[in-house]
Amino acid sequence: MAEAKAKKPVKVGSVILTVIMACVSVLYIAPIVFIAINSFKDTNYIKGSFFEMPVGDMWVGMDNFARSVSVSSYPFYKSVLYSFVITILSTILILLFTSMAAWYIARVNSVVCKIFYFLCVFSMVVPFQMVMFTLSQDATMLHLNTPWTIPVVYLGFGAGLAIFMFVGFVKSIPVEIEEAASIDGCNPVRTYFLVVFPLLKPTLISVGILEIMWIWNDYLLPTLVLDITKYKTIPMYMEAFKKSYGGNDLGAMIALILLSIIPVIAFYLACQKHIIKGVAAGAVKG
Amino acid sequence: MEKTKKKSIFSNPMRKWGWFFLGPMAIAFFIGFVWPFIQGIFLSFCDFNTVSDFSIKFINDKGQFALFENYINSIQSPQIIYSLGFTALFAVVSVIVINVFAFAIAYALTQGIKGSNLFRTIFFMPNLIGGVILGYAWQMIFGGILSLLDLPDLRSDTGIGFWCLVILVAWQQIGYMMIIYIAGLQAVPEDMLEAAKIDGANKTQTLFRVIIPNVMPSITICMFLSLTNGFKLFDQNFALNSGLPTIIRPATETSPASFINSTQMLAMTIKATYDKGSAFHGQAQAQAVMFFILVAAIGLGQLAITRKREVQQ
Repeated sequence: MAEAKAKKPVKVGSVILTVIMACVSVLYIAPIVFIAINSFKDTNYIKGSFFEMPVGDMWVGMDNFARSVSVSSYPFYKSVLYSFVITILSTILILLFTSMAAWYIARVNSVVCKIFYFLCVFSMVVPFQMVMFTLSQDATMLHLNTPWTIPVVYLGFGAGLAIFMFVGFVKSIPVEIEEAASIDGCNPVRTYFLVVFPLLKPTLISVGILEIMWIWNDYLLPTLVLDITKYKTIPMYMEAFKKSYGGNDLGAMIALILLSIIPVIAFYLACQKHIIKGVAAGAVKG
Repeated sequence: MEKTKKKSIFSNPMRKWGWFFLGPMAIAFFIGFVWPFIQGIFLSFCDFNTVSDFSIKFINDKGQFALFENYINSIQSPQIIYSLGFTALFAVVSVIVINVFAFAIAYALTQGIKGSNLFRTIFFMPNLIGGVILGYAWQMIFGGILSLLDLPDLRSDTGIGFWCLVILVAWQQIGYMMIIYIAGLQAVPEDMLEAAKIDGANKTQTLFRVIIPNVMPSITICMFLSLTNGFKLFDQNFALNSGLPTIIRPATETSPASFINSTQMLAMTIKATYDKGSAFHGQAQAQAVMFFILVAAIGLGQLAITRKREVQQ
């Protein structure tokens, strides 16, 4: 590949390039580092001396963190819990039902399947704004406004990309494997769960990653659909916090930002390889 | 199943299980997309001075139809015209910034330098953080930078607000586009590079004559993604700028003076119109329909143009 080729001729050039990239990446990660540094700084010093180390008077230890989770009447741990419930349930639901539907669409050549597939692809170019007002009304009417039922909304609205990716992958699996299973006496349900589903693993991971990234960070859909007096996800908690305290208490706000970033970065470092692969797969198809 | 060996496709045993495989998906898809979409189009033609309830039934008095009134009112709103211009400018600038940097970084990281994987990890990281959190985080960071440079706050200056938003979005999306460009660059056929070298092409010539035509599919995808992302931007715009500052547009011969949120993009304008009250719901929905048509048209048009320039395989 290109890598191996460039290695031999220019040694000096490659060293300079490494140094440049190292500088750029330090600059690139600096915002996150400064968020972390400032979360230990006294509120009054954050705006004026953002780029100074928290030493002496400025250092307040964990005070900002304590305030960020206690000052609001809505408990922060609940938001964390709801974010987890919504993300995990929705992702499971999407992976299970879209892959089932995609297998059926890829294998059965009927008009219904074609229309369904077309609608799913069509839904990928429709921005959320187009359906958000009516969707939020319908969801409330159907009691889909709790963290345990909102996954249905995510399944419905987020189906497009998942169906598209699964159908593409199923078409690359040889149909003979399934025929063999059915000759051996498997009905389609058993064939699907025992034979097809395990084969889908790489795409399940890719789609799962994309859905987790979307749902965990989503702000507008849960704000419009959920009963916001009872349920708040992390971005919603953040918005409410900013409105009532964040304008004055910069320290608590920045600590809250760091608290919300930490799980994301932990997740990223833990499954970095899958995430990057999933993103590449999703983008190439989308 | 015993009947599997019959040849006719009509006896395909899977067909009997259609309800099982498609059913759950179809119901959710109907609730989450199809029905709200149809309702949305219908409601954009309704007069909300008489229909205060948004969850309207399909049986409707003739008097409640407003036909194109919502659309006409939307087009005449100074805010939506301004937001369209602001959004278009933002989308174009961000597409250029994101793609130039993403391609340059991807190109540098495929030269076989040490620590490529570490650099890649770092550049991609911001992409996972949500738009609202990023908006608030960068508001603090810009607050620190701007006070250091003795410049006005980003919420009190339209130009500064614009460039802050560009920087935020670029910081978030460069890593994502970089991943796509790296995949494209690694797929450039080795023999083509070999041939270019034998023919005496220098690095610049190889880049522009061999590599770029070969990664055209990646460029298509990245341009398409960053352009539609730019037009659809909501979270970051809402959290970072909130549409501020508000400026006064002086009265002209045709229209009275009006207040305009000078950093409010289209997606935010639609939401803001809706939040003005139930009398504006029809207008907000009409704006959403036009927004949908715009986003879909840009996406498809752009795709058609760049596809033409791809190398024929």
